[in-house]
Amino acid sequence: MAEPDALIQTVHDIVQRHGGMPTRLLQILREAQDSLTWLSPETLDAVAGKLGVSPDKVRSVAEFYSFLYTAPRGSYDILFSDNITDRMLGNRELLHALCDRLGVGIGETRADGVVTVGTTSCTGMCDQGPAALVNGYALTRLDPPRLDRIVELVNGQIPLTQWPREFFEVVSNIRRADILLGRHFADGAALRAVLKRGPEAILEELVKSGLRGQGGAGFRSGAKWVSCRNAPGEVKYVVCNADEGEPGTFKDRVLMQDFADLVFEGMTLCGRVIGARQGFVYLRGEYRYLLDALKATLQRRREAGLLGAAILGDPTFNFDIDIHLGAGAYVCGEESALIESLEGKHGVPRIRPPFPTTHGYLNQPTVVNNVETFATAAKIAVEGGAWFANRGTAESKGTKLLSLSGDCKRPGIYEYPFGVTVRRVLDDCGARDAQGIQMAGPAGHMISAKQFDRRICFEDLATGGSFMVFDQSRDILDGIRNFTHFFVHESCGFCTPCRVGTSLMRDLVTKVHTGHGTRYDLEEMRKLGRIMRVACHCGLGQTAPNPVLDSLDQFPESWERRLRSTAFEPAFDLDAALEQARQLTGRSDPGAYLREEELMLGTMP
Amino acid sequence: MSEEQSFTLDGRRVPFQAGQTIMAAALAAGVYIPHLCFNREFAPHGSCRVCLVGVNGRMQAACTTPAAAGQTVESETGEIREIRRGILQMLFVEGNHVCPACEKSGACQLQAVAYYVGMLAPHYTHFYPRRPVDASHPEAVIDFNRCILCELCVRASRDVDGKNVFAVQGRGIEAHLVVNTPSGKLGATDFSIHDKAAQVCPTGAILTKHRGYEIPIGQRLYDRKPISVVGDVATLSESKGGRRHD
Ligand SMILES: Cc1cc2nc3c(=O)[nH]c(=O)nc-3n(C[C@H](O)[C@H](O)[C@H](O)COP(=O)(O)O)c2cc1C
Ligand code: SF4
Ligand code: SF4
Ligand code: FES
Ligand code: FES
Repeated sequence: MAEPDALIQTVHDIVQRHGGMPTRLLQILREAQDSLTWLSPETLDAVAGKLGVSPDKVRSVAEFYSFLYTAPRGSYDILFSDNITDRMLGNRELLHALCDRLGVGIGETRADGVVTVGTTSCTGMCDQGPAALVNGYALTRLDPPRLDRIVELVNGQIPLTQWPREFFEVVSNIRRADILLGRHFADGAALRAVLKRGPEAILEELVKSGLRGQGGAGFRSGAKWVSCRNAPGEVKYVVCNADEGEPGTFKDRVLMQDFADLVFEGMTLCGRVIGARQGFVYLRGEYRYLLDALKATLQRRREAGLLGAAILGDPTFNFDIDIHLGAGAYVCGEESALIESLEGKHGVPRIRPPFPTTHGYLNQPTVVNNVETFATAAKIAVEGGAWFANRGTAESKGTKLLSLSGDCKRPGIYEYPFGVTVRRVLDDCGARDAQGIQMAGPAGHMISAKQFDRRICFEDLATGGSFMVFDQSRDILDGIRNFTHFFVHESCGFCTPCRVGTSLMRDLVTKVHTGHGTRYDLEEMRKLGRIMRVACHCGLGQTAPNPVLDSLDQFPESWERRLRSTAFEPAFDLDAALEQARQLTGRSDPGAYLREEELMLGTMP
Repeated sequence: MSEEQSFTLDGRRVPFQAGQTIMAAALAAGVYIPHLCFNREFAPHGSCRVCLVGVNGRMQAACTTPAAAGQTVESETGEIREIRRGILQMLFVEGNHVCPACEKSGACQLQAVAYYVGMLAPHYTHFYPRRPVDASHPEAVIDFNRCILCELCVRASRDVDGKNVFAVQGRGIEAHLVVNTPSGKLGATDFSIHDKAAQVCPTGAILTKHRGYEIPIGQRLYDRKPISVVGDVATLSESKGGRRHD
């Protein structure tokens, strides 16, 4: 650990770099951890002291985000992405192999302090998994030879900068392009359009285009911009939601990697239209690898007169963009939690109303839009609303980026006009043998083959873009169980039905999946799901039971063949009592559970 | 003066003033909506979700939803009672609530609301968390096993007492109440039993020492009349069996 004086100096420098602003707390803690490997009580106190905020606030932020550590951590911090698509690609075998080779347990730090290995929620590399993060940087396409190399690199304590570049290569896999990805865009064109035609005319185009929020909820973007523009307030903000935490989604990553100019242009356009001078990109921590390139793009745009003061030479057009990194919290994709996080706090969703358009960042009027929404808005400003509205369906104009992963030959990004059928998508990506699709991620809906003629649009199957394919060889319940773990891990813990309900649901699903459940437990899941859907404070808890409820309807046979024959299984469960031991050893294989005969005899293996 | 506005709550007309929530208006009209994290002296929090009501057919928390003219609000329906029961059961299995062994039994809001919504058993499998009891303070004891994370003590200590003694930390099911000192001990703070924070806890998590069982079981606040008639333990004065210091 750093010497006390060195520690104080490190913290001092970081806080200085951030202008001593409490809104930068999360960024400060991230950087302090980068230097010091973990956030010791001394570090937290130093940060609190330098920033002039109470130590408990600093601690609550440090305790909230899963990439911030308040206990010592290895110099190499390796986190395996544990989405179901990583599992389909064999990540568990790799994880166990790596732990064996390094001599460390899952979630543990090796005694010499060199390495920690654990798991994390989907890192958005589903089309090039199995994936992991090492010290926050994405590793893709893991396989046994790469693992061998990683063991050597870690044991040899080789700095990350000297690891093979290809380990960190992230490809875009754009498989189908339409009006957003396919057409050339001249940097600055949207900004010229708004200067020439005025904000009102651009707003009119946006309303006419029918563009709806591409983050998934589908709120009309034109109406959102109008209401923020009209909201009273001198200072307004533009926020780009690049948190992309929904498992199975990675289209925003591709936009930020290949189309950052277009996204920044959309934000700058929005700034001009609503009258904001400051924008923020909230970039999920998992996309840390993009940060330097994005900062360089911002700088290039400033130099080109497309960002900063007097944009395109107009002294009344001033707008700049700052990038904030998240730190492992899916709930921070929810717009009000995102704003809390931007303000340097822990990410608990606010009470709504009021909405961000009137009370957003620092309680000022704020537009929060998804990455894809901003990129599309920039195109609409240039090409016109009618051009965009030409495509799509009555209620869902234009196109949608889908992130395809799971059991298909060509995973990657597909841009389709809204209204495309599921079957068409499956054909295009080479998914021959699909039994079901998890649409829009765990928070979305699971559909079975009977529904493959349904259309992707707000009138039918709404989606933020996640599309995970399960073929006939898969056990649907493996996916469901994985999703229930995801929600337990990601619940913010603020409201009762989400904080407690997600754990209860996971336990019920595990009980049935491991062959200990009865029909009564299925009914319990339905009842619990109904409560969570209506009672939770935010969308996370409200949608958390979706995969369970959908699969009970769509795949009843998957559940039923796991049932014991009795109608009731006592709540005290000998096998469940072993759960702690399973967690400690990181085991979830069949051998870690008592078999039925053993349970009936009450004997241990 | 503008005309008095109103909404209907279970068929009954409830007047309200601009800016009032459904909860505040109902309370003022003498209609009880069960609640735990709400206390009329504090800004609404919206975390326990016990006050769920149907607002024009959509479930919302009564304590955070603004009242609007012509709203149709449902509270005492079979469906809503069942949801509330489920939420109460979640709170009971999340912590360790051994009512027969608790000093607060009979004057506990959690227990009283559970009776009110017809909860007979915890139903779900107990989590049995391991949480310590903090008896380091000369006048008060905190039993974290009984904390339901309503954050009333947090808000009272920070906003009324100006001491910031409590905080909730951790995410998800790991969320827990802490005392803001390096040792985490209440004895190391300037907390006093005269603080507002000592009077607002709806459960037996924060108790005053040396004053056990002054009122015999059977004669306590909620032993004879339900909470919908008697009101919240935190808002009633000690002389009436509540926790409030006058
Ligand atoms: C738990 C949760 C997570 C969310 N995650 C994201 C996300 O990662 N990206 C996103 O754009 N929207 C996300 N949203 C939706 C946002 O709250 C918000 O609706 C969206 O950013 C608005 O932008 P849009 O209208 O352009 O879609 C999430 C919502 C919830 C409830
Ligand atoms: S706090 Fe209330 S519910 Fe909990 S044990 Fe005590 S009396 Fe029972
Ligand atoms: S100790 Fe009591 S008042 Fe404080 S959060 Fe827990 S239940 Fe609420
Ligand atoms: S804990 Fe976040 S929705 Fe309930
Ligand atoms: S009283 Fe309304 S959510 Fe707790």
